[in-house]
Amino acid sequence: MSVIYIVFPLALLIAIAAVIAYIWAVRSGQFDDLDTPGARILHDDEPPEQPAADRKKSPPARQ
Amino acid sequence: MADVICDHCKLPVPSGLIDPAAERQFCCGGCRMVWEAIHGCGLGRFYELKDEFDATEPARTTGEGYESFDHDSFYRAHVFTDGDGLKGIDLYLEGVHCAACVWLVEKLPHVLEGVVESRLDIRRQVARIIWDPDRIALSHIARTLDSFGYPCHPYRGAKTHDLWRIEQRKHLIRIGVAGACAGNVMLMAFALYGGMAGGMEQQYRTLFHWTSLAITLIALIFPGRVFLVGALSSLRTRSMHMDIPVALALTIGTIWGAVVTVRDGGGDVYFESLTAVIFLLLVGRWIQHRQQRAAHDAVELLYSLTPSTARLIESDGTVREVPVEALEIGSAVEVRAGDSIPADGVIAEGSSQFDLSLLTGESRPANIGPGEHVHAGTTNLGSRVVIEVQSTGADTRIGRLMALVEQFARSRPRLVRLADRVAHYFVMVVLLLATITAAAWLWLEPADAVDNAIALLIVTCPCALGLATPLAVVAAIGRAAREGILIKGGEALEQLAAPGLILLDKTGTLTQGAMRLVEYVGDEEIRPLIAAVEAQVSHPIARALVAALAGEGADLPPAAARQVTGSGVIGEAEGRKLIVGSPAFVREKVGPPPDWAKQAERELLDQALTVILIAVDGEYTGVAGLGDPVLQDAAASIGRLRRSGWTVGILSGDHPVVVDAVARQIGIDVERCEGGASPERKAEVVTEALSGNRRVVMVGDGVNDAAALSAASVGIAVHGGAEASLAAADVFLGRPGLAPVVELLRGARRTVGVITRNLGISLLYNVLTASLAMAGLINPLIAAILMPISSLTVVVLSYRSRTFGP
Repeated sequence: MSVIYIVFPLALLIAIAAVIAYIWAVRSGQFDDLDTPGARILHDDEPPEQPAADRKKSPPARQ
Repeated sequence: MADVICDHCKLPVPSGLIDPAAERQFCCGGCRMVWEAIHGCGLGRFYELKDEFDATEPARTTGEGYESFDHDSFYRAHVFTDGDGLKGIDLYLEGVHCAACVWLVEKLPHVLEGVVESRLDIRRQVARIIWDPDRIALSHIARTLDSFGYPCHPYRGAKTHDLWRIEQRKHLIRIGVAGACAGNVMLMAFALYGGMAGGMEQQYRTLFHWTSLAITLIALIFPGRVFLVGALSSLRTRSMHMDIPVALALTIGTIWGAVVTVRDGGGDVYFESLTAVIFLLLVGRWIQHRQQRAAHDAVELLYSLTPSTARLIESDGTVREVPVEALEIGSAVEVRAGDSIPADGVIAEGSSQFDLSLLTGESRPANIGPGEHVHAGTTNLGSRVVIEVQSTGADTRIGRLMALVEQFARSRPRLVRLADRVAHYFVMVVLLLATITAAAWLWLEPADAVDNAIALLIVTCPCALGLATPLAVVAAIGRAAREGILIKGGEALEQLAAPGLILLDKTGTLTQGAMRLVEYVGDEEIRPLIAAVEAQVSHPIARALVAALAGEGADLPPAAARQVTGSGVIGEAEGRKLIVGSPAFVREKVGPPPDWAKQAERELLDQALTVILIAVDGEYTGVAGLGDPVLQDAAASIGRLRRSGWTVGILSGDHPVVVDAVARQIGIDVERCEGGASPERKAEVVTEALSGNRRVVMVGDGVNDAAALSAASVGIAVHGGAEASLAAADVFLGRPGLAPVVELLRGARRTVGVITRNLGISLLYNVLTASLAMAGLINPLIAAILMPISSLTVVVLSYRSRTFGP
């Protein structure tokens, strides 16, 4: 049973990691808008119809 | 044959507009323009993304120039600067609704050189645009969005929304941490429950106790601090709040748990219940916060739709559209027919009729000529005038009224919420019971006395009680919003549940707020002639006559007509000469009227109507009475209000004679009506009524009601109301008529019923746990089972109950 002294802190560490990841996600604004990203994922799989000269200018990728 | 479908909006094309030769079919000019604009920008893929069956409404473009968007004062008010010298703005877009709209709006950087980023929040219909001011003008961006069918407005709530977003993130982090703590403590508690049944080595028990204690301390100090801080501040102000019993149970539970852990001898710990309470109550608060925000958001969007530009005449005579903030004292402003006056001033040129109802409640338009004062917020109905600005912004009559609104809002006494009143007794009873338990067990079995008393304090922690009000209110506010009733907070609902005094504004609330033909006496055959003549004139009385005689006279050739300002119209139709106008004017032209016309005139005047005489070829043929008719549902709605115990009164700025006539018509006691009240007087009447310890509800629509709305226990702004009344009111009715008022009061009563039921159920659970604790029968497992069940009952009952709606 003494294995619990190893597994237990380990489990807590994993839990802490999850909480930290969650806090990071909230702080970076991932829960601010829950509707639009669902629509946004449908786009941008192909470049829009535009003159070839402009095509290499990639859209500004900002989050 | 299948319907021909519009290539832009996918709605059926009216048969008259189908052009068999054309490749593309459109239901309206707006859709055609938008389709061409979108294809012109190479964004035809929009139509691939757009759902075929998602036909909503035809596109609308305003074709506006948006010149005011480039003005310095517009920048100061709405534009923020990015770190790299870029500019940003939040624009509220009308008409965005689907995934394809998101695509189109976010493709803006590809279409317009100089737009760096464009991101749309589809739920709020707000797009954040970042652009380089050196490469493109904001008005150009706005015109492009408009040409795509999304007319845009600066989003007024940007600052409060940013604050709210920060608050929202804090809520989420607290909930996340509290949830993780509760989950992990619960895992260890399961091991301890196992130990209760099958026995457990002391060393593992110690380990679980210490780890649980550590995690509970984290939960209490970080997310749970909210309750401790809330309890402390309400103790300091000597007011009762639901936070006090919660904080009491949390601190005592944690301290007792720590004592048991350190003593390491036996005794129960309740860490899992404590952490779960923190988590559940935080979730309840967050839901409440979010729902209230939704109502605020909706009101702010309405706000953003109100125009805020003026047409400034430059020294060289050209007219430029500028934001209202840019006006200075002495500026000359052009006000076209139908526009509202942007600032207080004096008419420099022209004369016209003005609708002053927003400011005075007077439904009859007033004639105002050169040299006379006009106030911001009134509407020009007649013809173009030029105004010399005398005061702007906070110095205008409206500005001073808004200062009054804020003053009242600050001084309004806070309502002691139902739940907080319960909390007051709750704390006392729980402390009393704990003392009794300790005393009784000291006598029976001294070793268990402290254990049992403390267990009682912990297990009566009012989790369900704390959730009872927020959940009932949130569910009700959500349902109300679907019915077009926007409620800014739960306090308004509690206030509206018991009857009191309800004061109604007249113009725009009880009536339609526009002139209509109410009665016509005389020769029926000349009615088409009147319509033909009046159709040539744009006076509100003429429009009311034309609207009432709709269709009549439409087949006649256009009549010749001449308008005499403030008097009437002289015209010719079918070779007959008509004079239509005020009694004095027609008398002067035609001579004294016959007896029947005199009598009709007197009768109409008694009903407080505006009288119009009609003479054809020098002979009196008709008498028309115009007024602002009472809404059809008003009498029935007021009857319902009175039956449910409310005292109904009218508080109007309109002439007392008109107010009394309306009151008699819909069955309101004339004693309770006050006419001719200035905006300040309205607020005074409300505060006087409040001082008698009564609940006073004010219903109104205009700027003149704003101060009274803000002073009342609950202010209700009705459909079509002015911006100022939206800001001052607690409730906004999105549907016209008085029926929503009745529905709101009924819904509020039901909501408080649900709150009371929830409180009752949660108290019942507490009676159960308290008696178990007093009998010494409680243990952590029973507490951990009862607590979530009680909360769940409250949740289910709140969402299942019918408050608003059918």
